[in-house]
Amino acid sequence: MSAEPDGPEDRLRRFATIWSRAVFPVTATSLTRPEFEQCLVPLARRLSEALRARTFEAAEGQAVGAALIGAHCTEPEALSATLDCVDAYLVLYCGGDGPRDDLRARSARLQHAMAAGFARALRERTLAEQEAIARAALQAQGRVADALHATETRFRAVFEGAAIGIGVADLDGNILQVNNALLRMFGGTEQSMRGRSVTDWTHPEDAPQVWRLYEELVRGDREHYHVEKAFYRPDGTVLWTNLTVSLLRDADGAPQYQLALMEDTTERRLLNLRLRYEATHDALTGLPNRTLFFERLDKALSAGDGMRFGLCYLDLDGFKTINDSLGHAAGDRLLVEVADRLQSCATAPGEMVARLGGDEFVALTTGPDTEQEVDALADRIMNALVTPVRIDGRELTVRGSIGIVEGPVGERGAAEVLRSADITMYRAKSAGGNRYELADAEADARAITRHGLTTSLPAALDRDEFFIEYQPLVHLGDGSVHGAEALVRWLHPQHGVLGPDRFIPLAEHTGLIVPLGRWVLEQSVRQARLWQERHSEAGPLRINVNLSPCQLTHPGLVSDTVDILERAGLEPHSLCLEVTESALIGADDDLLKPLRRLAEMGVDIALDDFGTGYSNLANLRRLPVSILKLDRSFTQGMQQFPADPVDLKIVEGIVSLAHSLDLAVTVEGVETGAQAEQLRILGCDTAQGWYYARPGPPDQLHDLALVDATG
Amino acid sequence: MERPAWAPRGIDISVPSVSRVYDYYLGGSHNFETDREAARRAMEFIPGLPKIMQANRAFLRRAVRFAAGEGITQFLDIGSGIPTTGNVHEVARGVRPDARVVYVDHDPVAVAHGEAVLAGDENADVIAADLRKPREILSSPRLRRLTDLNQPVALLLVAILHFVEDEDDPYGAVAELRDALAPGSLLVVTHASYEGIPLPAERVAGAVEVYKDIRNPLIMRSREDIARFFEGYDMVEPGLVPMPDWRPDPASEDGDPYSSSGLAGVGRAA
Repeated sequence: MSAEPDGPEDRLRRFATIWSRAVFPVTATSLTRPEFEQCLVPLARRLSEALRARTFEAAEGQAVGAALIGAHCTEPEALSATLDCVDAYLVLYCGGDGPRDDLRARSARLQHAMAAGFARALRERTLAEQEAIARAALQAQGRVADALHATETRFRAVFEGAAIGIGVADLDGNILQVNNALLRMFGGTEQSMRGRSVTDWTHPEDAPQVWRLYEELVRGDREHYHVEKAFYRPDGTVLWTNLTVSLLRDADGAPQYQLALMEDTTERRLLNLRLRYEATHDALTGLPNRTLFFERLDKALSAGDGMRFGLCYLDLDGFKTINDSLGHAAGDRLLVEVADRLQSCATAPGEMVARLGGDEFVALTTGPDTEQEVDALADRIMNALVTPVRIDGRELTVRGSIGIVEGPVGERGAAEVLRSADITMYRAKSAGGNRYELADAEADARAITRHGLTTSLPAALDRDEFFIEYQPLVHLGDGSVHGAEALVRWLHPQHGVLGPDRFIPLAEHTGLIVPLGRWVLEQSVRQARLWQERHSEAGPLRINVNLSPCQLTHPGLVSDTVDILERAGLEPHSLCLEVTESALIGADDDLLKPLRRLAEMGVDIALDDFGTGYSNLANLRRLPVSILKLDRSFTQGMQQFPADPVDLKIVEGIVSLAHSLDLAVTVEGVETGAQAEQLRILGCDTAQGWYYARPGPPDQLHDLALVDATG
Repeated sequence: MERPAWAPRGIDISVPSVSRVYDYYLGGSHNFETDREAARRAMEFIPGLPKIMQANRAFLRRAVRFAAGEGITQFLDIGSGIPTTGNVHEVARGVRPDARVVYVDHDPVAVAHGEAVLAGDENADVIAADLRKPREILSSPRLRRLTDLNQPVALLLVAILHFVEDEDDPYGAVAELRDALAPGSLLVVTHASYEGIPLPAERVAGAVEVYKDIRNPLIMRSREDIARFFEGYDMVEPGLVPMPDWRPDPASEDGDPYSSSGLAGVGRAA
């Protein structure tokens, strides 16, 4: 369309420009202003034509008003700016040369119609958009609801099918929902659960922190907690669970619900308890066993300041005999009876009785006053044993020995305490049994050394820790060296050189005396043979070797001795075996037979420590002995001058008796020249003692013998 | 607790949505009172917000036309919202009738609305997905149906990056998208900034607070930080500028002072 300057078309466009400038700032269109103006041109044309039409068409005005909405002029200001513009400029630019008043009236009516059209279109658009967005929201919600439903179905399957119990409660503890697994655990119905409160579920075994954690959670101070917790079932039985409680928050993070997950651990717990019971109790008597006792003792010994403990260690006297003679079944019944009685002796809090094994029991008392209590406890135990036990129609008298250890806690460990009690019990036993003894440190130390020596004896022999010293035996007649007594020593790595009195009894006890004795015999015989080779001129030097009671009964005594002599090439009469008097008291023929065999071969047998036992002198004739060794106690009285006349008489009598039986007499413990002279006068044959020489290495004898030979 | 991937987010229309608030600024009625209330509160601090949005739409229109003019026929509009008028597919088809457009939004209501608007349109679609999870967008079958990633794409991130907080790694997301696009693709961005707003920063901060309140924090970034989104792109003339200054139409006149709030730019993938 051409637009000749100031022609109708040009004027129409100028009107559209003015209109667009007025409205553009209040539109939300993304068009530029000139683009927007292009949108308004057709509207301006319609207005222009409607203004000049023969008849007034309100619909035209309404259509233009509605078109504004279509051009995204939805702000009320857009309408008011439009109407201002139409009112001021439509007649001016588009009215042509018609009658002004008519045009003005027509313009006013057009504006009314535009306003109506604008409002209707705006309302329709608003309603349409509202409906569109509401429908979109509904649709989106529907989708979410579907998805939620799917999710919830999945969750419900998990909830219902779970093997663990799941429950949801509000923050006041009201139970809202529980699953089947939880109902099964509790053995209740959903009805019985609903409306109950979590806080009803207290149990006496609740750990102290259980309800504190709960409070923290429902306050929102804690996200979750995990505890082991017991519940009462409706039937009164107990359900044990591993319980995890989590806090559920809403979208804003505010605490909303609590979720409990629980696993039934009742059976596992029972099994654990049973296993624990079995591991800590003696199957025969049902008393706590060694394990549990040590646990308790450890606990007692680590108690706080001012606490003490008292321990009674009981071992039945002669139980082995009962077991051996009446059988183990009877022995077991006796132990059960004893266990029951002991149990009744220790019923106060802090007291316990346990069986350590065999016929060994312990009773423990703890607290601040065990000094008195432990004695009372020992008394009760002794009293409990007084009444004989009736088994298989027999009345068995039960006796026991008790070692008591009492003291403040925190000083000693359980093992040390128990060892002390054990040692003390043995002290009671060696004192005759049927009594109790109190531990004391010195006795313990001795026993501990004994114990240490006993255990290290076997290895000592392997490690060559033993050696032999020789103490010369001298002819009292001419003072010549006649031979030597072999004395075994132990060079202990910690205790230094130990004499036979320290370890021979231990070796006897453990049976090690047999190999040790054989070793001593071997060494000594070989040594004697060496002396003889080197000092043939000094006459045959003899060797005295001690035999312990154990060796006497050993079946290999004769064959071992013969074997050793033969291998060393020593004449049997160069060997003298010393046997203590006490070992031969009441000896029967069986015991004497090996000695007789040896004596027949030419081995001398000496009766050692003669005069210390109460030997039957008449018996001397039966014994295959050729030498009496007088105990040193007889010679002690001759150390001073003048000598004790009683001692003189006794020795004189013994010598006379010995000689009449064809026995030689050797004296020990000769320490002075006067003694030696006195004994010579009394008729003793041989002597040994410090006066001549202390026990020493083999070379010492060699030197002495050499002096004799050259002197 | 981390929400399982298969658990849907609920819809709560009592919570304002930035899509519907945006619609309200643009004079639309696709909104609820709660949206309008939030918009009015923000406008107490920045009365010219509608003008900013209008300028944003005007820039979008010019940028889409530019892209189409460059021969691009594939458009990916992430954060499309609920536009009333001047939709990308309408503008693009004004230049290239064969243009194909994929809209992406994470607001399920916006997506449902988009589906209603696009019903029956074979060459436009809408995907419910989140810019923060680019892989979900790129692997969507609906995207693949309309978009050949071996051909250039115009990626529109218009008025969306300022709703992604740094902890959600918007730069990583933009880089991942870039790496998936063919050379010659265009990145179209507008972003809120304190730059250019004809108001003291404290006033603007008031509006920022409103967005924080509706749990859609508005992240104002500096020019440098906005420029970093174009890493790997060559800036198309005139670069990163106030929205009205980006390739204005020849006949355009001085607009509203609010129009110059925030920055806009287009980059071309090398």
